[in-house]
Amino acid sequence: MAQAENSYFDLIKNGIFKENTIFKLALSLCPSIAVTNNLRNGVLMGVAVLFVQVMVNMTISLMRDFIHPRIRLPIFMLVISGWVTVTDMTMAAFAPEAYKQMGLYIQLIVAFASILARAEMFASKNKITPSLFDGIGMGLGFLFALTVISFFRELLGKGSLWGYPVIHAKLLLVMVLPAGGFFAVGILMGFFNWLSMRKES
Amino acid sequence: MSTDFTKLFELIVAASLINNFVFTRFLGLCIFFGVSRRMETAVGMSITFTSVMMISAALSWLIFQYVMVPLDITFLKIIVFIGIVAGFVQASDTVMRKVSPGLYHKLGIYLALISTNCIILAVPLINAGEHYSFIESLAFAFGSGLGFALALIIMASIREKIELADVPAPFKGTPIAFIVTGLIALAFAGFSGLIKL
Repeated sequence: MAQAENSYFDLIKNGIFKENTIFKLALSLCPSIAVTNNLRNGVLMGVAVLFVQVMVNMTISLMRDFIHPRIRLPIFMLVISGWVTVTDMTMAAFAPEAYKQMGLYIQLIVAFASILARAEMFASKNKITPSLFDGIGMGLGFLFALTVISFFRELLGKGSLWGYPVIHAKLLLVMVLPAGGFFAVGILMGFFNWLSMRKES
Repeated sequence: MSTDFTKLFELIVAASLINNFVFTRFLGLCIFFGVSRRMETAVGMSITFTSVMMISAALSWLIFQYVMVPLDITFLKIIVFIGIVAGFVQASDTVMRKVSPGLYHKLGIYLALISTNCIILAVPLINAGEHYSFIESLAFAFGSGLGFALALIIMASIREKIELADVPAPFKGTPIAFIVTGLIALAFAGFSGLIKL
């Protein structure tokens, strides 16, 4: 039992650090820039992706014995778009303010390579519990990345966090502009590469 | 009639320069960073991309207006649009392989990549959201394709030079590409306010 728990923990850790969707695999980059100019949107987007990833992983894992391998991709897409529609409508109903700004990007979770890849590589081959933890790990990794990016962008660009003013100066206005998103992701990616390089040597 | 034409022209300019998908809407980034390493692949991708974009936008518009709106199932638009795009890409893949193997050999691999591109899905979704007419949808799709092509070609020509530059080790590859894109995006910010739609 202890071993099983251990491997679940490893699955989560794997998703957050070793195979972090944004910083390590460089996948699903669109929302990492589009919605991260303030912390609240970044976190909401991360939570939406976490939810979709977990639900998709679990659904696919439950269905894995019934899906003929030749038609698996359309089936995966169908499952993903089903869950994305659920998320989309929930967000529209409960967070209309944020939805107005990031509705399009929520709908585009459908086209996330990372979600499809996890369904294909992990959930379609594993039982439901490991799939659940794999989904949580990957989702948390994404949430972590978005939180870090939006934290720095909002703090440096607007001097506030979650809409509340923290420092009374706009240190780097460029960070909230579209261009700043690219800079932030590029620099953070470099930083994480540097960390893992230092660990190896 | 002339005002219509002006409107269309504005749509194309707006979609390609002001609201450039890569630099101001941040869509299609995976493909953007994936295929912009070499000029040749960038050009091939641009051609395939623009044509697929226009046709799938037209198909989605027709199905949205004549099937989904009358049946009142517009809430299914995500599922339906991704089905249209994936189906169309698969079909053109098969047809192209049979009809013109030469062209398939050149552009086939880009087709497979396109179905996972978010721009191709975003265009029908925006068209439906903004209630564009058929011609306007086509113009918007064309402008978006043009903008993506422009972004890819600019980026590819810069990246071919970066290959030779002495970049700090942790920033090699994607991170430096991101920072370069940021600089280009800064330049593209100059286009904003050119046309008010």
